[in-house]
Amino acid sequence: MSSKYLELTQEIRRQARELLASGEVAAFLGFTAGSLSMTTRPFVARTPEDAEKLVWNSFCVVNLANYLPALLKSLEPPRGPKDPPPTGPLPKVGVLATGCWSRNMVVQAQENQVDRSRLVILGVPSRGMVDRKNVVAALKGKEVLDVVEDDHVLRVKGKWGEEEISRWSVVRDNCQSCTHPNPVIYDRMLDTPSERASQAPFAQIEAIEAMSANERWQWFTQEFSSCIRCYACRNACPLCYCTTCFVDDNRPQWVGKTLKNPDVLTFHILRAFHCAGRCTDCGACESVCPMGIKVRLLTKKLSKDVLTLFGVEAGMDITIPAPFTTYAPSDQNPFECDTCSSTNKKE
Amino acid sequence: MKTQIDRNQLVQWLQHTLDGFELFYPMKDAQTGVVHLRNAKDTAIDADSVLKPVPGVPKTSIKTFFMPQPEVIARFSVNSKDAQAFVLRALDAQSPRRVLLNIRPCDARSVALNAKPYADDPYFQGLMARTVIIGRTCTETCATCFCERVGGSPQGTEGMDVVLREVEDGFSLKALTQKGAAFLKETGCDMQGLELSQISGDGRPELPKIAMEMREKDLLELYNAPFWPQVAEPCINCGACTFLCPTCYCFDIQDEVLGTKGVRLRYWDSCMFPLFTLHASGHNPRGQKVQRVRNRFMHKFKYFPDRFGPVSCVGCGRCVKDCPVNIDIREVISLMQAV
Repeated sequence: MSSKYLELTQEIRRQARELLASGEVAAFLGFTAGSLSMTTRPFVARTPEDAEKLVWNSFCVVNLANYLPALLKSLEPPRGPKDPPPTGPLPKVGVLATGCWSRNMVVQAQENQVDRSRLVILGVPSRGMVDRKNVVAALKGKEVLDVVEDDHVLRVKGKWGEEEISRWSVVRDNCQSCTHPNPVIYDRMLDTPSERASQAPFAQIEAIEAMSANERWQWFTQEFSSCIRCYACRNACPLCYCTTCFVDDNRPQWVGKTLKNPDVLTFHILRAFHCAGRCTDCGACESVCPMGIKVRLLTKKLSKDVLTLFGVEAGMDITIPAPFTTYAPSDQNPFECDTCSSTNKKE
Repeated sequence: MKTQIDRNQLVQWLQHTLDGFELFYPMKDAQTGVVHLRNAKDTAIDADSVLKPVPGVPKTSIKTFFMPQPEVIARFSVNSKDAQAFVLRALDAQSPRRVLLNIRPCDARSVALNAKPYADDPYFQGLMARTVIIGRTCTETCATCFCERVGGSPQGTEGMDVVLREVEDGFSLKALTQKGAAFLKETGCDMQGLELSQISGDGRPELPKIAMEMREKDLLELYNAPFWPQVAEPCINCGACTFLCPTCYCFDIQDEVLGTKGVRLRYWDSCMFPLFTLHASGHNPRGQKVQRVRNRFMHKFKYFPDRFGPVSCVGCGRCVKDCPVNIDIREVISLMQAV
């Protein structure tokens, strides 16, 4: 492991152990080593001894904010649906947060999913996480048995031998285009803030926007054609917390269950729109997709639109409401259609 | 008579089968390095991938061919003037006959395992009858392979109709089922030097050790074991494991109507999804994540062996490889074995 990650792992363990031992938190949410190379497993430490199992490396791709609402609830005293909410302070959770995950915690607080005062956030400036699918692609499908991380190089080993890959070349698209690698809210900071900020955060989106409508449709249908509707993208997303998702509802049936275009595309486009103004581009959806679909390009496009139209990035400021939960007379409302060239501009 | 054919003959013969069959075999995507089962019709037959199969399990689950996602199982009319309105009718056309080539022993075995609960299912059996599996034993295993632990073998042939083996100076083809023999005869009759081996594989194999072990365990002790919450904790309850798994065979049925025409669809369902067990009353016996996760493993390693004999897992490792949060079924098996 790179010296940087080794140090951070030690620091995370030390702080988690201390938080758990002092009783300041009842649980600490982080990652433990996975059973395969290039994997990590989200892990809840409940005792100071558990803290020794925590790790930090380039493969921590799952967004920890996703686990917070259920974990916080599990620590509350059990109560029936009609019982009053508990009074007095409730047990806290320690959690690791990079820039995007911390922004998700802001969104969760804005949407009353998470009580900020019950979190002890350990901020970790992100160096960008690696998608193991990128490593597999770089190796043309050769099986990876072990990866040793240096600061800027991954030394990848398999039965076929050993190869060095530049770390940045396999860092996820969302991390490469990230402009906020540092946590926006935290209680303790574990490292010096990162200075990296993408100069072209929307380059991937602009490339698609430059296409004709037909080309875009081609891209959209092709990119999502391998979807198996496992909903890993949805379930890995901290924004997707509806008790019953519209695709699971069958009274009424909003979306068909097949793998045909209308059903698959409806699911993805509607899911993306549900995330508009809330998505922090954490990339979890894309990282967990077993089929390697570039799921996050839809939400990234909506982030760009929200930034352009409302001047807001999701989860940057816990004191202001999310853009789509509020209204201002100055809000823009243009509608232009480049296929029929009709416009509906606000006077 | 020789029992083998050379490389060119093999490719020629496969080309020949395209007249009456759709041919699918594992092909590697050049860009992503991921292996999929692809239709040879979409590309030319790639001699390299055919002769030397790419190592590792294809992403595509072989169950797609026997439990299509989705499968139209009947049609009906909703036009009330129609004398047959709202009466389910069988489909007119049958799906084409297919050959699945270079199928790994784990995937072939999964078809044999799924055929147990689907023994009386006309749709599954219909697709089985029209599909020939040409298996290829494994020369290379992956870090995620564990077929031997669940009763399979890299050299196993269970579920295959024909086994293709590389021998000195060529390949040997051996029919293992009547279907396989008929297929070889149909497609290779005018080929010199092809011998049909004696049909074997009808003897009932003994139950694998793990199945015996799980069958002896007390169901409730396993069900109430203390490790389930810990196993389930990282799970995000997506269906990646169940949809990639070749032996997860649960389905749901819905009717879809467009205009006056309706179809009855059968499509994959997953025990990871809350809707899976939701009752009409609103009650959900598996309303919590931990209950759903437990069910996936209990079904594979306890309910299925109790009812059908072997465990419902072939050790292909797809779920291990692609679980977003690295829930490793091998660890869960160890936990269950220790009960």
